[in-house]
Amino acid sequence: MATDPFPNADTFFSRLFKSLHQVASVWGTVVVEALTTLGDISLFAFQMFAWMVRARPKRETLMANFYAVGVLSLPVVALTGTFIGMVLAIQSYHQFKNIGLETRLGAVINMSLVRELGPVLAATMLAGRVGSAMAAVLGTMRVTEQIDALASMGANPIHYLVVPRFLACVLLIPALTVMADFMGIVGGYFYSVIVLGIDHAQYLRNSREFVGGFDLFTGVFKSVFFGATIAIVSCYRGFHCQPGAEGVGRAATAAFVQSFVMILALDIVLNIFLDAVYFTIWPTGAKLF
Amino acid sequence: MDESILTQLATSSPPATRPILETRKLSLQFGRQVILKDISVQIKKGETIAIIGESGCRKTMFLKALVGLLSPTSGNVIFDGQDINQLDDRDMTNLRKRFGFVFQNAALFDSMTISQNIAFPLRQHGVPKGKSAQNLITDRLAEVGLPANVLSKRPSQLSGGMRKRVGLARALILEPDLLLYDEPTTGLDPIMSDIINELMMRTRKRYSVTSIIVTHDMHSAKKVADRIIMLYPFSRLEPGEPQILFDGSPESIDKTRDKRVKQFVNGEAGERLMEMLASKGKSHPDTLNQVDPNSNYGRDEE
Repeated sequence: MATDPFPNADTFFSRLFKSLHQVASVWGTVVVEALTTLGDISLFAFQMFAWMVRARPKRETLMANFYAVGVLSLPVVALTGTFIGMVLAIQSYHQFKNIGLETRLGAVINMSLVRELGPVLAATMLAGRVGSAMAAVLGTMRVTEQIDALASMGANPIHYLVVPRFLACVLLIPALTVMADFMGIVGGYFYSVIVLGIDHAQYLRNSREFVGGFDLFTGVFKSVFFGATIAIVSCYRGFHCQPGAEGVGRAATAAFVQSFVMILALDIVLNIFLDAVYFTIWPTGAKLF
Repeated sequence: MDESILTQLATSSPPATRPILETRKLSLQFGRQVILKDISVQIKKGETIAIIGESGCRKTMFLKALVGLLSPTSGNVIFDGQDINQLDDRDMTNLRKRFGFVFQNAALFDSMTISQNIAFPLRQHGVPKGKSAQNLITDRLAEVGLPANVLSKRPSQLSGGMRKRVGLARALILEPDLLLYDEPTTGLDPIMSDIINELMMRTRKRYSVTSIIVTHDMHSAKKVADRIIMLYPFSRLEPGEPQILFDGSPESIDKTRDKRVKQFVNGEAGERLMEMLASKGKSHPDTLNQVDPNSNYGRDEE
């Protein structure tokens, strides 16, 4: 039990110091725990990469995960992509119309989708649909000793369970991102041209002029990191699940929340990096207007 | 006598007297919490050992440490002359062909059918020469008394007793040298418990397998085992006291003078209830915060 460092806290300053000490103690614990978890996740990821190099995953485990991550996620990603494209059109139309630039709506919608919303949306859907499920399945396997059973029969659980999930997320999230981009563009076009009556030819011309290959690359490139983050965080949470139904539930929730926070944090870092790359290659910069 | 003759005599001694498994001062610790301390045990080839002890004395962790599923903090586990914690991944994987583990709730893979579950070790290590996988699966299933129509079912469609028998069939598929059972009769009705006891005895006879059974069930331990070892929670021991309170034949356990062993064998709470009530509000010293934090999933090979 911790001893009280300020036993005679009767003066204003000693009370102040005592409060500061308590705050520092609580935050110190939080920081230490966060750093420990980060270190654990890094070690887990390192083991996973080592196994990826050492032995190929079995075809049937790979295919099952490809199906779960890629095929089953496709409808929800396409649907949400369409809605986001339409919402962007609704939100931006009046602002652009006020300054007489509504024909540029296509450029804004498509640029936002391809560079930012498409990859983040696909990653969010993947974290919610697949990441939580991964944590729940692996957590259940942990608490019912199925992971121990794998190891006892000579199958390395990281190689057998984590590597296929990681590969499925990393290799298929670019496809999901492209699908979210495409459906968002279609949704934005539909609302802008069909519902709001913006000129079809100008809408398309502006879209083509302002959205380039690098923008598409930016989104797809970021999505690979998002996929890796989702797989590693979710599998880690499943492997380190606490016993019982509550433990499994917490693992699934933590997998989504932590993946999502890390996706957004990574998004900032990758955007800074990609902007630096962009301005190195094209010093004149972007020209949206 | 000539030294070479002595050596020859030593090596030609009956295999039954040679330990196939041995722990030397095996200790396991999670953080500051001591789980197992200096446990030394020798198990002869073909022997059946029952490890008994109250809940929380870490019998299952001991069992897992014996086959390398948990890494000891110190000490050694020697299987057939090899220190298993010194083996590299490939050798450890090869060694695992010689172990069969029947988990407490069978630990069957939910995503697979019963047939795929039983065949899993064959998929990992290959089918033994001259045998067919399908024949092996149906033979093992028949040995544990299950009909062939369960093969296409999922574990969730079977009862607890059936799942345990499938777990036994899976553990037997590669005809292991060492078979470990974690509470094989827990949660079963008396008739099914006895069926499992009979199956363990038949398995031993048929495969001449060395068996280690972790159990709370004294009836089962006395019926099946040649030798009983009783573990006691480290946190309840007096300083310097060994964690193994009893190591002897099933017949001699009833004659022991140790009060704690007697209490366990006779199922008497004694003063324990009053102790528990008195410690109300305090955290139990045996409570672990994590599931197998030292779990060895990172070191094994496919």
